Amino acid sequence: MLPAPFEYHAPNTMDEALGLLDELGEDAKVLAGGQSLIPLLKLRFASPAHLVDINKIKDLDFLEERDGMLRVGPLFRHKSAERSSLLASRYQVMADAAPQIADPIIRNRGTIAGSVAHADPSGDWGTVLLALDADLVLRSRSATRTVKAREFFSGPFSTALQPTEILSEIRIPAARPQTGGAYLKLERKVGDFATVAVAVHLQMEDGKVGSAGIGLTAVGPQNIKAGQAEAALRGASLDDTTIKEAAALAAEAAEPTADQRGSVEYKRNVVRVFTERGLKRAYERARGGG
Amino acid sequence: MAVETPLKGNIGDSIRRKEDDRFIRGRGNYVDDIALPGMLHMAIHRSPFAHARIKSIKTEAAQAVPGVVAVVTGALLAQHKLAWMPTLSGDTQAVLATDKVRFQGQEVACVVATDPYVARDAAALVEVDYEVLPAVVTPQQALEPDAPLIRDEKDGQTNNHIYHWEAGDKAKTDEAFAKADRVVSLDTFYPRCHPSPLETCGIVADVNSATGHATLYMTSQAPHAHRTLFAIVAGLPEQNIRIISPDIGGGFGNKVPIYPGYVVATAASLLIGKPVKWVEDRSENLISTGFARDFHMSGEMALSNDGRILGLRVKLLSDNGAFYADAQPTKFRAGLFHIVTGSYDVAAAHVEADGAYTNKAPGGVAYRCSFRVTEASYLIERLVESAALEMKMDPADIRLKNFIKPEQFPYMSATGFEYDSGDYPRAMQVALDKLGYQSLRQEQAEKRKKGELMGIGVASFTEVVGAGPGKHYDIAGLRMFDSAELRVHPTGKAILKLGVKSQGQGHETTFAQIVTEELGIPAADVEVQEGDTDNTPYGLGTYASRSTPVGGAATAMVSRKLRDKAKRIAAHLLEASDADIEFDQGKFFVRGSPAKSKTIQDVAFAAYTNLPDGMEAGLEGVTYYDPPNMTFPFGTYLVVVDIDRGTGQVKVRRMVAVDDCGVRINPMIVEGQIHGGLTEGFGIAFMQLITFDEEGNCLGSNFTDYLLPTSWETPRFEMGETVTPSPHHPIGAKGVGESATVGSPAAFVNAVIDAVAHLGITNIDMPVTSDKVWAALHEKGAAE
Repeated sequence: MLPAPFEYHAPNTMDEALGLLDELGEDAKVLAGGQSLIPLLKLRFASPAHLVDINKIKDLDFLEERDGMLRVGPLFRHKSAERSSLLASRYQVMADAAPQIADPIIRNRGTIAGSVAHADPSGDWGTVLLALDADLVLRSRSATRTVKAREFFSGPFSTALQPTEILSEIRIPAARPQTGGAYLKLERKVGDFATVAVAVHLQMEDGKVGSAGIGLTAVGPQNIKAGQAEAALRGASLDDTTIKEAAALAAEAAEPTADQRGSVEYKRNVVRVFTERGLKRAYERARGGG
Repeated sequence: MAVETPLKGNIGDSIRRKEDDRFIRGRGNYVDDIALPGMLHMAIHRSPFAHARIKSIKTEAAQAVPGVVAVVTGALLAQHKLAWMPTLSGDTQAVLATDKVRFQGQEVACVVATDPYVARDAAALVEVDYEVLPAVVTPQQALEPDAPLIRDEKDGQTNNHIYHWEAGDKAKTDEAFAKADRVVSLDTFYPRCHPSPLETCGIVADVNSATGHATLYMTSQAPHAHRTLFAIVAGLPEQNIRIISPDIGGGFGNKVPIYPGYVVATAASLLIGKPVKWVEDRSENLISTGFARDFHMSGEMALSNDGRILGLRVKLLSDNGAFYADAQPTKFRAGLFHIVTGSYDVAAAHVEADGAYTNKAPGGVAYRCSFRVTEASYLIERLVESAALEMKMDPADIRLKNFIKPEQFPYMSATGFEYDSGDYPRAMQVALDKLGYQSLRQEQAEKRKKGELMGIGVASFTEVVGAGPGKHYDIAGLRMFDSAELRVHPTGKAILKLGVKSQGQGHETTFAQIVTEELGIPAADVEVQEGDTDNTPYGLGTYASRSTPVGGAATAMVSRKLRDKAKRIAAHLLEASDADIEFDQGKFFVRGSPAKSKTIQDVAFAAYTNLPDGMEAGLEGVTYYDPPNMTFPFGTYLVVVDIDRGTGQVKVRRMVAVDDCGVRINPMIVEGQIHGGLTEGFGIAFMQLITFDEEGNCLGSNFTDYLLPTSWETPRFEMGETVTPSPHHPIGAKGVGESATVGSPAAFVNAVIDAVAHLGITNIDMPVTSDKVWAALHEKGAAE
C-alpha cells in the first residue's frame, strides 16, 4: 500500500492555505483528518500532486453556539463530538451519530467537515446535516459563500465545493426546547460503512410536529433528504399511523442499489424500520425522555 | 501481606508469556524489519483479469524508470526452468505467467528497484496485452461439459476436474440407508474465506554470488520443509540454503505454501547479486495467497425412529482455484475431511469427494484448521441440527444419544480414524450447566409466544490434529515427525531448539514449561529457539495444531533422555547406585532420603566438571518424535442469539465454550488460543467472505470488503474445561490452537437456525449476514 509521489504542504494560516489552493487548483487536495484521503492515496485510487495539510492552522477545532447557530469548525473531530455534553443535551442526532462513525481510532483523527467535504454517499455526517437543515460556509481566497446542506451534495463524492475552497464552518440552527433527534445505523461490523442509516431531527410545538428533518445514508448516489416524509409530518400529531406513513415515504425516497450489504428491497425496508424507530425515539426525547 | 512465590512454570502454571515483552515494546523482529546493506526491493505486476491469454509483455517503460534494476518476467524464469513450480498437492503452479493468466491477481512480472516506491511505480508501467477469456468461477460451472479449459498447458488434462477421492464403505452405508426409518439431508456451502494474518507474506533473499549461500528470511510456518523444497525446486545445494523464519505475525495456514514472490525474489537475488526484499501488501495477500474452505457439501443422514444415527453419506465438491495447491498430506486429496462422522458413533459412512479448477486464487490452506477438519465438523454439526429438527428432538438430547461413549475409546471410526480418547457427554454437561440451558429454553418458548426470535445453538466438535504418524502422513514425501534438541549448560540454564515454528502461539513459554516439568529447570532459564534451519533440528513445522502433540512430545522425550543421564550423574554425586535415584521437581535423591539431594543445576555443572568414569561429557540430546496416532481434542460450544425482525441483525447474547484439549500446559495461553479461535469462528460465521463476480473479479480484496471482527462486535466468551488426557502423548496434551475455529461456526449458525426453524427456515449458509436472515424471514412472511 504505497502511494504515488505527491508534494506535501503544511500552511500555518488559513490565508496561506487558501492561497495554495488558488495556485494549485485541481492538483491539490485538502488534508484534515485524512481518514478517507490517505487510504485512497495508498490504494492509488487518487493521486493528487499536492496535499495541503490544514492541521497546523490554529483555531479551526471548535464547536460553539453563537448568534442562534451551532458552529462546527473544520478540524472539529469525531471524538470531540462523541464527548460533547452540548451535543448530548441539545443535538441528539449528532450525539447519536458520533460514536457510530467508523471505529475509535478513526474518530480520534477524522473530522466532521472533512467527512462532509469528502461526500461519500455512505458517510454519516452529511445525512445528519440534511436532517438538521445546516448551512455550509465555503471559503476561497477571493470570496466566502454559504450553501444549504441540501444543495451541497451533487452525487457520489461530488459537492458544490470548488477545488479552490475550504469548508470553513458548518452552521446549524440552534436547538429550541422540545427538540429530539436520533441516528440509527446498520453496519456489518464496527468500522464498516453503513448498510443503511437514518437521521431524524424533530421539533415539537404544542404537541404537534413543528418541523421534522429526515436524512438517509448509503441508499443513493448521495446522502438523501427525505423531503416528502418531512412534509407529511409537519403539523401532525405523532401517532402510529403518522409515523408509519412518514416511514413509508422515507423508504420511497431511498434509491438503494444491491451490493454485498444487501438487496434493494432489504435496504428500503431498513430505511422504513429505522425511520419508524427513529421517529419514536426522537419524539420520546423531545418530550424529555430517552 | 503475603508474598506470592513466583511460579516456576510447571505444567498447569499460567506464567506470563516470555515472548511478549519484545512484542509489546515494539522490539520484535519481523521480515519487514530486516534491512541488509545494498538491499533492493521487489514489487509484483499482477493480472487484472481472471482468465486471459497473454499476447505480449512489454517491460521497456518499467525498465526506464530511474532506480529500476531489473524487470523479471516468466520468459526470463523459463530460461532457468523456474517459470513453473510444484505445489504441495502434486500439481504445478505458474511462478510468473507465460501463456495465460488463470486468476485475478496472478503474478505476471516483477520489478526490482532501489526503493519500494519506485518498484511499485514501475510495476504499474509493465504493459501486458491480454486476450480476455471467459472466466469460470464456480466448481459446478467448471465441470460443465463445455466449460473453458483452465489448465490447457497440462498434458492429458481435457477438463477442469482435479481429483476423485473416497473414504468409508459404500456398500455398508447403502445398506444402513436402506434400513433407515428416516433420512435427513442438507446441502451447504462453506464459503471461501482467508486466514488474513496481520503480517502479510514476505521474504528477504540474500544469495551470495561468491559462495552460493542463500540466506532467506521468510514468513514461513515450516522453514525446514521449505528449505528442502527450495533445494528441489531451484536446484540449489541444500547445505547452502539457510531459511530464517524470524518473528511471525500470525500464520493460520497462510504461511505454509511457497509463493511465487519468494521464488522470484530468490532468483532475482541470485541473478543480480544483491539482497532482494519482497513484502506483499494487504490486497495482494487477500487476492493471491492461500485461501481457505470453498467446499460445496451435501450430507445425508440415516436415522432410526428413536433418533439413532445409522449411517452417513457425504458428497463434496471442492473449489481449488487455478492450481491444485492445497497444503495437505499427500495421501489425502481432500485433507482429513473424512473425519466427518464427528463425535458420533456412526456404524457406516461413505465420503465421495471431487475437486475442480476455477479461475480463482489457488492454495486451499487449512485456515486455523487441521487439513479440512473444519469443513467436516461444520457439516456434521449442521446435519445433526437438521436431524434434531426433523425428529423433533432437543439438539442436546440427540447428540447425547449418539455420542461415542467414553468406554468405547479407543474408537475406530467408519472412515478409518482411531479416536484416542474422549468423554463427550461430560463436556456437554459442563457446557449446558454453565449456560443454564433449560431456563433459556423456557425463555425462548415465552419469547416465541410474543413473536420474538431467540435461538440456542449447540455444537459438539471433535478434531483430529497432531500429524503424523509419519507412515500415514507426509508433506511432499517428508514424513510428519517433529524434533527437539535440548542443551543444558554447565550453570543449569538451557537452550531448547525445535523443528516447529511459532507464529504467535507462545512456544517460547509453553515448551519451556515442558522442560520445567520434566527436568525442574525454571521456565525463565530455558531459552526456546525456532525458525533458523542452520540452528534447529529438522521438523515439519507449525500448522494443523501439531506443535504441542508432536514438537511438545519431542520436548518431553528429549528432557527424559537428559533426565536419565542426569540420574546417573546424580548417583555418582550422591555415591549411590543409579537404580536408587529418584527425581522430583528438579531434585535427585536416594530413595527414602529426600533431604539429601542434588539439584538439576548441581547435576548440570557436574556434567561438565565431575563425571563418573567412562561417561561422555555434556548434558545434551536430540529427539525426533513420530507420534503413534493423531490426537482428538473435543468440546461443546453453546451460543444464544436474538434476532431483529426488522433488520435481520443477529445479536450474540452469550457464548459458552467448553474445551477438552487434554492436559493444559499453560492454561492462560490455552484460553488465549480459544479466544482467538472463537473470534475467528464468529467472523467466519457472520462476516468473512472472499467472493467473486461472474468475470472472476475478487470482491474481498481489502479490509473494507473482507470483514474481520474487532473487539467491539465480538461477543464475550464464557469458558469451561474438562481434561481427558491423550493416552499416547507423553504429557497427555492434545493441541488446542484450532479447536475453536473448527467447532464454533456451526454453533453460531445452529443458534440462528434454532431461532427461525419454527418458521420453516432450515438453512442459511455462512456468512450469516443480516440481509440473508431478513430475506429468509421475509420469504416466510415473518419479517418486520
